[in-house]
Amino acid sequence: MAMAANDIERLIRARIPDAEVTIRDLAGDGDHYAATVIAESFRGKSRVQQHQIVYEALKGEMGGKLHALALQTGTPER
Amino acid sequence: MGFAGVLRYIYEELNELQSRRGRGALSAAPIGKTAMSIEQFIDNELKGTDVVLFMKGTPQFPMCGFSGQVVQILDYLGVPYKGLNVLENDDLRDGIKSYSNWPTIPQLYVKGEFVGGCDIVREMFQAGELQSLLKDKGIPVKEAARA
Repeated sequence: MAMAANDIERLIRARIPDAEVTIRDLAGDGDHYAATVIAESFRGKSRVQQHQIVYEALKGEMGGKLHALALQTGTPER
Repeated sequence: MGFAGVLRYIYEELNELQSRRGRGALSAAPIGKTAMSIEQFIDNELKGTDVVLFMKGTPQFPMCGFSGQVVQILDYLGVPYKGLNVLENDDLRDGIKSYSNWPTIPQLYVKGEFVGGCDIVREMFQAGELQSLLKDKGIPVKEAARA
């Protein structure tokens, strides 16, 4: 067991308060997640920048406790 | 060869290794604390090749599913690229993460610019954005026949 899904969600929301976060546990092992993060505050930022913000939110857990996080980011439909 | 010949051979080989070590090149790529810094190494690689993929394993033998996905996409598009295997060198593995401010491998660079990891590359490929980016930068892309 690496990181719990709601820990991931909590960390992302703490950094990006306006985000809509959906987490899926891909393998059911708590180690391979897919997260979709939609936030108005992402508007105007490149995908790389959006992902970097999410990684910052996870405070260095990536590659350590969190082995694999498939990320999709975007902005809400206007 | 005679005993003297063997000694001379060993002496010459050692000399060769010594002088190469002076230039910081015991292996094919001089990286690490002895020669150039890892940032310089990465800079050089990015200047020298248009499309560079920092990955686990090699394009022929990817050693991770995420790296493998990017390799598949690049191969499908017929893009010429260079794969740098971070598993071969811890300095490179750590160095590229701080260089890009990106915590994971693979990492795709096009003309010195960081494009993204597996998720972004796949998303861009599916949206046709990767093909456009490559063409805009003057990199040859194979057009696949579309249904």
